[in-house]
Amino acid sequence: MRRIYFDNNATTPVLPEVLEAMQRYYAEYFGNASSIHHHGQETRAAVERARESVAALLDCRASEIVFTSGGTEADNLGIFGLVQPGDHVISSTVEHHAVLNSCKHLESLGCGVTYVPVDGRGVVDPDDVRRAIRPATKLITIMMANNETGVLQSVQEIAKVAAEADVYFHTDAVQAAGKVPISVREIGCDLLSISAHKMHGPQGVGALYARKGTKLRPMLYGGSHERSRRAGTENVPGIVGLGKAAEIAKQALTRGDAREIAAMRQRIEDTILAEVEATGVNGAGAPRVPNTTNIYFDYIEGEALVIALDLKGMAVSTGAACSSGAIEPSHVLTAMGMPAERARASLRFSLGKQNTADEVDFALSLIPQSVARLRELSPVYNGVHA
Amino acid sequence: MPQANTIAVAMSGGVDSSTVAAMLRAEGHSVIGLTMQLWNQRRLAGRPGMPESVQGRCCSLDDVYDARRVAETIGIPYYVVNHEDRFERDVVRPFVQEYLSGRTPIPCSLCNNHLKFDQLLTVARQIGADKVATGHYARVEFEEESGRWLLKRPTDRAKDQTYFLFGLTQEQLSRTLLPLGGMTKPEVRELARGYGLALAEKPDSQEICFVPGGDYKNFLDAYLEEKGESLPDTAGELVTTTGEVIGEHSGIHKFTVGQRKGLGVATGSPLYVIQLKGDARQIVVGSQDELYSRTLRAHRVNLISLDDLRQPMRVSVKIRHKHQPAAATIEKISEDEILATFDEPQRAVTPGQAAVFYDGDIVVGGGWIT
Repeated sequence: MRRIYFDNNATTPVLPEVLEAMQRYYAEYFGNASSIHHHGQETRAAVERARESVAALLDCRASEIVFTSGGTEADNLGIFGLVQPGDHVISSTVEHHAVLNSCKHLESLGCGVTYVPVDGRGVVDPDDVRRAIRPATKLITIMMANNETGVLQSVQEIAKVAAEADVYFHTDAVQAAGKVPISVREIGCDLLSISAHKMHGPQGVGALYARKGTKLRPMLYGGSHERSRRAGTENVPGIVGLGKAAEIAKQALTRGDAREIAAMRQRIEDTILAEVEATGVNGAGAPRVPNTTNIYFDYIEGEALVIALDLKGMAVSTGAACSSGAIEPSHVLTAMGMPAERARASLRFSLGKQNTADEVDFALSLIPQSVARLRELSPVYNGVHA
Repeated sequence: MPQANTIAVAMSGGVDSSTVAAMLRAEGHSVIGLTMQLWNQRRLAGRPGMPESVQGRCCSLDDVYDARRVAETIGIPYYVVNHEDRFERDVVRPFVQEYLSGRTPIPCSLCNNHLKFDQLLTVARQIGADKVATGHYARVEFEEESGRWLLKRPTDRAKDQTYFLFGLTQEQLSRTLLPLGGMTKPEVRELARGYGLALAEKPDSQEICFVPGGDYKNFLDAYLEEKGESLPDTAGELVTTTGEVIGEHSGIHKFTVGQRKGLGVATGSPLYVIQLKGDARQIVVGSQDELYSRTLRAHRVNLISLDDLRQPMRVSVKIRHKHQPAAATIEKISEDEILATFDEPQRAVTPGQAAVFYDGDIVVGGGWIT
């Protein structure tokens, strides 16, 4: 069966160049990067080259990059590395669970957390952030790009608010990295998280940018790896893969490859909205990363549409999967003020470098007929259109 | 390989539904595995009277894991679909309300009517499957003469689940496959072993899936507390069948018809719960003899083998899952109500339970005892 993959915000295929760069670091160059001998020196050099590539992508110094096991660990390190019981934290209602559940845990540890709301487009008002600041506020953590809608927050303005109040600012940029240019200097953030596998690198590796001078308490106790900020033998092949993916992402952003992806996204939105009634784009009108669109199809269960499309060879997603694999209504869409029925009727299409215009054609031939079939058998739709 | 129509199998992670999936796959059908996520077992964990760690039978991660492994072993697509909202609305809420009103509910029948053979069938059809197969022990057959779909008792009488399936409509039955109807449980386990299913020896589940430990009273407390609702005061008087007040009880929902223990009054002869009067919050108690009834009324009737009950009919009536069906005559007394008159009086006819009518192996229909 022909299969097309439009779920690149979940994960992306590793690029051949990235895989090739990684492969040598399993058996050929296998040293422990902390060893003083030849083998260690080889892998140490590779880790530091990768660090420079990541620093170049984020516009920071190499020494400000801490490698982690992924975006979740980077978020956790940024948050728990700074915040202590009694501190106050400001976050938003649309964060990824890596941040949201970290904040929930902070609350159980005796921290105050304010979750600033978003408007109907999914955008945080920096003035709301300013108003939420208290004397005890230690950290503001607000994402750069949303995983479900692709909506971009005004991180530069939020960073200004943080700086004026002398509060740390962390941003989860997992869904922004590789999709839009990122300069931590221009943003003015203190901490920023990224993940390799969202930008055609391998799963299981990520990085935290921590501005020089930021005193992070480690979360893992062990050796003095990563300047004592993250103990544990480095995942050298993963780090090499992240470095290569960062390098390729930077080149692509410089070339303006995002324009092609944005054009495909536009065609998906235009066609679906024109051909399928009772649809719309969630987050429309807000600045968004170019690869993501989140569309509601009223009167259907998004879950059933995801399954129907998967059985026809097309991978998309809705909401966030819970531990059993079932789908829970999206907290992001409900935070945008959407009724639960519409949130459950929404699908996310997220494109990657490997997707082609031909695949978009295939998708656009499948979607209207699949939606029609669902609606034909939907008691709600038939109730409304009887 | 010839491909028949696509069939969705409702997979619970147990032996029966897993074997159904494997059988249909082996027969060459195109099969899709679906598991319904109906209840989050963690929701009430740790509340008073609720287990801290969850060992729920249904919708537990272990069961989803088992179902997923079976799907992978036999090579079929598999998905978990979330119907928690619908389950709470159509099964859990009525379950709670029935107890508080002095009735003894059967959530499994509600789940079959509203979830398995309604919501799941809709999803199955939406994703391209024409029929749903389950691991229930019962048979579905089409009868040419009457033009009706029949529900019949299975070969394995000990596993007979027709009592829980009396609410199925003709449309639902026409899209339902019950492949285990002609098999015994040992045969099913043998087949499961033959298909190499790792769960062939998994024990059967018995209790109500969303009530961990089987203590429904603790469940009612914990559920209402979680919803921020207080348990209504259903305490009241214990009265005899002649209306004499002989004591008090702590809540009507804690009792069921036929119950003998826990009444808290000492008399010369054993006392039994005869009736729960929800509105008056009274529990009527009496002797063993007074527990027996010659008639019952059932409402919200669903007929399967007949389109209407035009004249009285001789049937056997089953009034609870473990009841031996008893000979009776049924007749229609209003548009949606049937009166059953037993040949011999029956013990503990319990409002809230179902009365299911059988003509031999054929399920004529059923209703809810009032």
